[in-house]
Amino acid sequence: MEVALAIVIGALYAAGLYMMLRRSMVKLIAGLVLLGYASNLLIFVVSRLTRARPPLVPEGAQGIAEPFADPVPQALILTAIVIGFGLQAFALVLVRRAYQAVNNDDLDQVTASDRPDLQQ
Amino acid sequence: MLNAVLAAFVLAFAAPLVARHMPRQVGTIAALLPAGIFVWLLNQAEMALGPGVVERWPWSPLPGVALTFRLDGLSLLMALIISGVGALILFYAGAYMHGQAQAGRLYALLLAFMASMLGLVLADNLIALFVFWELTSITSFLLIGWHFQEERSRAAALQALIVTGGGGLALLAGFVLIGLVGGTWEIAELSAQAGTLQDSVVYLPILLLLWLGAASKSAQFPFHFWLPGAMVAPTPVSAYLHSATMVKAGVYLLARLSPALGGTSEWSLLFMVTGLVTLLLGGWLSLKQNDMKRMLAYSTVSSLGLLVTLLGLGTKLATEAAALYLLAHALFKGALFMVAGAIDHATGTRDLRRLRGLAGALPTSALAAGLAGLSMAGLPLLAGFAAKEFIYEAALFSGGGVWILTLLLLAGNVAFVVVAQQMTLRIFAGASLSFESFHAPAIPLWLAALVPGALGLALGLLPDVTATLAGAAARAIYGAPVTIHLFVLPGSVTPMLLLSALTIAAGILLYRRRVQLEPWLNWLDQGARLGPEGAFQRLVEGLPHFAARVTALQQNGRLRSYVLWIVGTWLLLLGLTWALRGGPGLPANLLVRLSDLRFHELILVLVILAGLASVMLANTLMTLIVSLGVVGIGTAIVFILFGAPDLAMTQFSIETLGVILFVLVLYRLPGVVRLSPRRTVLRDSILTGLAGAVITLMILIITDLPLVSPLKTWFAGASEPLGHGHNVVNVILVDFRAIDTLGEITVLGIAAIGIFALLKLRPGRKVAEGKDGP
Amino acid sequence: MTSIILVVATRLIFPLMLMFSLFLLLRGHDAPGGGFVGGLMAASAFALFALATSVTRARDALRRSTFRLIGIGLLFAFVSGLPGLFAGSPFLRALWTSTELPVIGKLSSVLLFDTGVLLVVVGVTLTIVFAMAEADEEEEE
Repeated sequence: MEVALAIVIGALYAAGLYMMLRRSMVKLIAGLVLLGYASNLLIFVVSRLTRARPPLVPEGAQGIAEPFADPVPQALILTAIVIGFGLQAFALVLVRRAYQAVNNDDLDQVTASDRPDLQQ
Repeated sequence: MLNAVLAAFVLAFAAPLVARHMPRQVGTIAALLPAGIFVWLLNQAEMALGPGVVERWPWSPLPGVALTFRLDGLSLLMALIISGVGALILFYAGAYMHGQAQAGRLYALLLAFMASMLGLVLADNLIALFVFWELTSITSFLLIGWHFQEERSRAAALQALIVTGGGGLALLAGFVLIGLVGGTWEIAELSAQAGTLQDSVVYLPILLLLWLGAASKSAQFPFHFWLPGAMVAPTPVSAYLHSATMVKAGVYLLARLSPALGGTSEWSLLFMVTGLVTLLLGGWLSLKQNDMKRMLAYSTVSSLGLLVTLLGLGTKLATEAAALYLLAHALFKGALFMVAGAIDHATGTRDLRRLRGLAGALPTSALAAGLAGLSMAGLPLLAGFAAKEFIYEAALFSGGGVWILTLLLLAGNVAFVVVAQQMTLRIFAGASLSFESFHAPAIPLWLAALVPGALGLALGLLPDVTATLAGAAARAIYGAPVTIHLFVLPGSVTPMLLLSALTIAAGILLYRRRVQLEPWLNWLDQGARLGPEGAFQRLVEGLPHFAARVTALQQNGRLRSYVLWIVGTWLLLLGLTWALRGGPGLPANLLVRLSDLRFHELILVLVILAGLASVMLANTLMTLIVSLGVVGIGTAIVFILFGAPDLAMTQFSIETLGVILFVLVLYRLPGVVRLSPRRTVLRDSILTGLAGAVITLMILIITDLPLVSPLKTWFAGASEPLGHGHNVVNVILVDFRAIDTLGEITVLGIAAIGIFALLKLRPGRKVAEGKDGP
Repeated sequence: MTSIILVVATRLIFPLMLMFSLFLLLRGHDAPGGGFVGGLMAASAFALFALATSVTRARDALRRSTFRLIGIGLLFAFVSGLPGLFAGSPFLRALWTSTELPVIGKLSSVLLFDTGVLLVVVGVTLTIVFAMAEADEEEEE
């Protein structure tokens, strides 16, 4: 499964970056979301996969017998998912406001904020 | 010693307050502190000249980094100059700056500078010395830029800061190397490591870094140009920082480190060549100046070159000469600067061509200038005479290249004699001119200049005191006992005496014929534009242009090109490393590893990929959102299958909420459109496809390697006994790494406020507060 | 966009979801669950309520400003670290009581921390959802 997921993650990164390179504002958000999925899966996979053995200590026991899934990346990814949601929401609102303000969904037309020469 | 430094810093902060309430007396009050330090130093002199006084204040947990102070012969001489001249300068500044706006700031900066400079010469630890070194650069920057409303001042200040600050960076690197090789940061202990340091492979790099630091600070060629520029500062600043003290810091550092690093042929070559070039260049340039302060500045450059030459020579006689000259120069040059300031104050001009016959109007200043000028020219009975005798003696007994060295030093000294005459005969003698706005200077303006002038005479008349002071300093530089024998008047005719006489005769001749010399002097102007200052100008002007062009190329305001640059750079660096280092290829056992793929997992993978394809091909927003949902749910199922139920639950919840969010803004969003031409699509596909392939390859390689995770084992074993919880993931989040989680939820809160602000706050509209009321 | 089916279903599901959220929080230390998931679940419940009825009514049901929830949550999480500090241990060192209560289990500073996480997540999520929905409503006016 690691091999198959490696391909999936590669595809997710490629698609995410591709969408971020588009001029359409909505595609930018889709790209961000895809990059979020890809990164979470990347952390998950490089710490190795273990089938159906969550890191739960059995009742009465002191520890967990191998094999079990690594809890450390899970803790990282859990907060990353929630933060990713915040990012997604922020991007959505930003695009919504930008679209409202410039009435144009071509990102190439929204350059003035970065170019002092255009802000006269 | 720490108390002295700290007291000066504290008084520096109090000075503006004092200046506001007692504008007349502030200079005198501020001068009391350096005067007190001066007296205290004299009290300590016996100890300092003997075993030395040491204080040690450890302030950092790092081994070897301590605030160590040591008062020995060399630091005593420097500290006496700093506090003595400092007291005079503050006294002088009280009259010079009277009535000027923000004068309090000047006292504050002068005192802060004095504290830093005292720290610099007293510090016996390389790190502490470096900190004080940089503090003097910063206070110097602020003082040069005193008239900050003027473009010229700001430019000169910035130039000085860049040159000395850049040198400071090199010096830090040099110090680190010395510390690593010598095994200690304490300067006193470094002398014992001289052998280790000089045999080390990094000896030459250390020397070059030291050269950069010392030469930039002490205005040696090719960094000499900042010092004349610094003359835009008020005269007290020029007299104090840029003639008597700060510019000596580089010389002091060479003297301080010469027991540990000096005595080699590399050392001699590097510093003698630098010193001699600076001596002659400075002397030459000082001859053609019409501005008194600029002339004195170039003459100072020349004097510093002389000192560096002597330290490069490094013989016993040379160190004695250096110590004597250091003392004499601080006195006569400080006095001459203060006289120049007094004349400027009284007549409103510093132009030598417009000044004549001032002796009648300013008799006391004339006396001060006369004493200082005689010392500078090296006439008997004055401190400068003994110094010059020793310089020639050091040259005559230097061992090799005696005549060349003697001739070059003679040439340099002749220029000093000319400058001395410019500052005395040319200004004060002859028929007096009338000035429209002439007013007699206040007492401090001439008294402060007269004191060092008279001291030059006193030291000449008391050879024992001079010999003791300079001898102790020479001992610290030379690293072995040194005794200097001085006489009030020469007892017999020696070669050195003849050379002195020749110097003065040539100087007088050159001064008389200065009008005929002008075409010669102007010739040098042609070369000046190509000199180091021109190079510096071009560098400073070129840098912003270069930066602007790079910025315009990389940051054109289009998000897409930023992403493109990042991905492209990443691929390029990775590819280069891969190609150069011959990175690992595709692991061989891929098929074996692929064979453990189960049927339901294959279906899952295909569903995710299909969802992904649908995202990319989507034509409507609805398709896009649903396809993204498919990919997200697919990810959640991966989490379920591989033992991460917490992640799966979180991911499911997020997908639900994400859809709700999209639904809420659906009608406010632009549609999914195709805007890029075919060629761009092709380019982006190739680039991102390559990036994805590299990621896949990296994962395959990483997962092929064995993984040892001590954290995994530790958390699994500690969760129940220490955290009283069975769900290890949750225990990590709320117990073991709780402070991280606290940080994360704080970030979430901030993001929510940002989103709220973005949605609700609009220009020209009031916030609807009621909407979010309790 | 109110449909009768959505309204009725929400009325039934809403309390269930809130109870499930509480359940996830309480069992989170020993089984899958915890403050993050619990918070998202509770936020979903209120978001659904807002969709089915109106943001105003959802806000009334919440009783507290969403910002206040974030503040209280952060305060809980922060305060839960103080006992450890007073006991001479590092900030956020977990402390446990020995008495076992019905349903809640052992009381601990960790539970307070996780409750804080839940409140922050609910507050953040609902701030976003409500603000978006309101912006939409305002523009339709």
